[in-house]
Amino acid sequence: MTANEPSTRRAASGEGDAVVMRGVSKWYGDFRVLTDIDLNVRRGERVVICGPSGSGKSTLIRCINRLEEHQQGEIIVDGVELTRDLRSIDRVRREVGMVFQQFNLFPHLTVLENCVLAPMRVRGASRRAAEEQAQALLARVRIPEQAGKYPGQLSGGQQQRVAIARALCMNPRIMLFDEPTSALDPEMVKEVLDVMVELAGDGMTMLCVTHEMGFARRIADRVIFMDGGQIIEQAEPETFFTAPKHARTRAFLSQVLGDQ
Amino acid sequence: MTTTPSTPVKQPPAHGALARPPRQAPGLIQGLRSLVATPLNALLTVLALAIAWFLLRPAIEFLFIDAVWSGHDRAACLAGEAGGEIGACWPYIARRLGYFIYGQYPEAQRWRPNAAMALCALNIGWALWPRAPFRGAALFSFVLPFPVIAWILLYGPGFSGLVAVPTNLWGGVLVTMVISIVGIVVSLPLGVLLALGRRSQMPVVRAASTVFIEVMRGVPLLAVLFMANRMLPLFLPPGVLPDPLVRVMVGVSLFAAAGMAEVIRGGLQALPKGQYEAAAALGLGYWQMMFTVILPQALTLVIPGIVNTFISLFKDTTLVTVVGIFDLLTTIDVSSRDPAWATPVTASTGYAFAAIFYFICCYAMSRYSAAMERRLAAAGSRS
Repeated sequence: MTANEPSTRRAASGEGDAVVMRGVSKWYGDFRVLTDIDLNVRRGERVVICGPSGSGKSTLIRCINRLEEHQQGEIIVDGVELTRDLRSIDRVRREVGMVFQQFNLFPHLTVLENCVLAPMRVRGASRRAAEEQAQALLARVRIPEQAGKYPGQLSGGQQQRVAIARALCMNPRIMLFDEPTSALDPEMVKEVLDVMVELAGDGMTMLCVTHEMGFARRIADRVIFMDGGQIIEQAEPETFFTAPKHARTRAFLSQVLGDQ
Repeated sequence: MTTTPSTPVKQPPAHGALARPPRQAPGLIQGLRSLVATPLNALLTVLALAIAWFLLRPAIEFLFIDAVWSGHDRAACLAGEAGGEIGACWPYIARRLGYFIYGQYPEAQRWRPNAAMALCALNIGWALWPRAPFRGAALFSFVLPFPVIAWILLYGPGFSGLVAVPTNLWGGVLVTMVISIVGIVVSLPLGVLLALGRRSQMPVVRAASTVFIEVMRGVPLLAVLFMANRMLPLFLPPGVLPDPLVRVMVGVSLFAAAGMAEVIRGGLQALPKGQYEAAAALGLGYWQMMFTVILPQALTLVIPGIVNTFISLFKDTTLVTVVGIFDLLTTIDVSSRDPAWATPVTASTGYAFAAIFYFICCYAMSRYSAAMERRLAAAGSRS
């Protein structure tokens, strides 16, 4: 376990951090997917998490909005510690948006209805306010004209952009992306990444699991490499890509960058 | 009688200049031709026609050709004048139609069931017609205000100023409809709750739902009806004895709810996990998630199963006769023994009438569900 996090940062962690994980572990049965994860994410920080499949990176970010329950350690999101208490889970989920690999739009609702559902039901927004905001965000992800369509009528790239708009409609403080471009045809990856780059430019706190190393290089403040349920290495992108310290990181990078 | 590969159906030319795709559905002529295209096809066609003839001919003769269409009493339906076969005795149905529809409901009060049934038809039409306004309100009114109004109309409790008509006078189509509609209105929401309960994280809720579903599914409806009739009073404080019709309605509804729960659980399990996760990630609470995201999709998926349960329930109402309730089939059965109409064909005519009535109702439900599935598919709401 070689968490490269400078100890000074951990000492400075506290109020200002969007996500704090201390000694987090998780098991599926006897299989340990996460081992003693320590991670602080500052407000406005953009973190890209990469690693081979099965390394626990998806599980890690799914623990942040409690889609997965951790069994050891503590996770504090936006000042709220995640416990079995449903109220803490609700509070965290209201402030954390998530974008999934498989989009997971609601197929029985139109694009606009997908976007206004949570603001109206969870935040108690009026339909008018919610729709205005949804239209603005759909314009921001460049598909304002698709508002009346059903998800099944859109391309994968368009669906993923709707999913981003839907998450943003809750005005989240933190956005989680779980391999948002992995299920897309190659020609649609760019349109989704462009939206994410724009979002990163606005100062949103982002944690993104992705294999898009070019994207990581462009927007990340920090790149984290995971393997075997542990954080192996983390660094600024420049350092991470040019001078990876760990052998496993180097092996991984040569594999992903090799076919680009 | 399917088209075999050797069928010399005209094939379109196979070059790539085809502007339109080749016709897939055979036309009428082609279809007919395929019936006799090969010796085997011809043989099967003849065989099928023969079977149809042997099965349908007696039915058509009984229902139409040999049927008696007018008359005032049994004399019309006794073999006499012509000396030939006597078919269905339709005057009997016409004369006893009032009894078949209302049972012994007093004639002077029959406007009340009529009004209730008209209200019911209006309400159902409103709720089922796709382009009707305020369909949500229609559903609500069908579940809450309508049953109350219908009960007041039909039963005439003291405060209503109507003549009280106890349920032992109710009968026929009225009773069949009352039991079916109550069963449908109760079993769907109850089935949803049981299905959710069986998938709940809470052990007590899950165990209770599972036990209820399995017990109800593992027992024949007849046993449930006997239990509702004989044993329900044992569980209640002495002196509290629900109306026999109410007991039967409880039995039928609970039985149908258990079947419904399993159908709906199938729909819940068919939904991708991502739908639950996306709803949870947006911060929706359990009931919000269920009502806005999960149930609309799960119920749509299992419309055929739901309608199938409704149809079974509707047909199963005929079993209430064993606990002395006069549903349609029972009234027909009883009236066929009426000496005034005692003929060899009276009972058969009555049962034919019952068969036609049940078939029309069930077929209507089946067609509506098919139309609804098509409409939902056309709306593109499923990707």
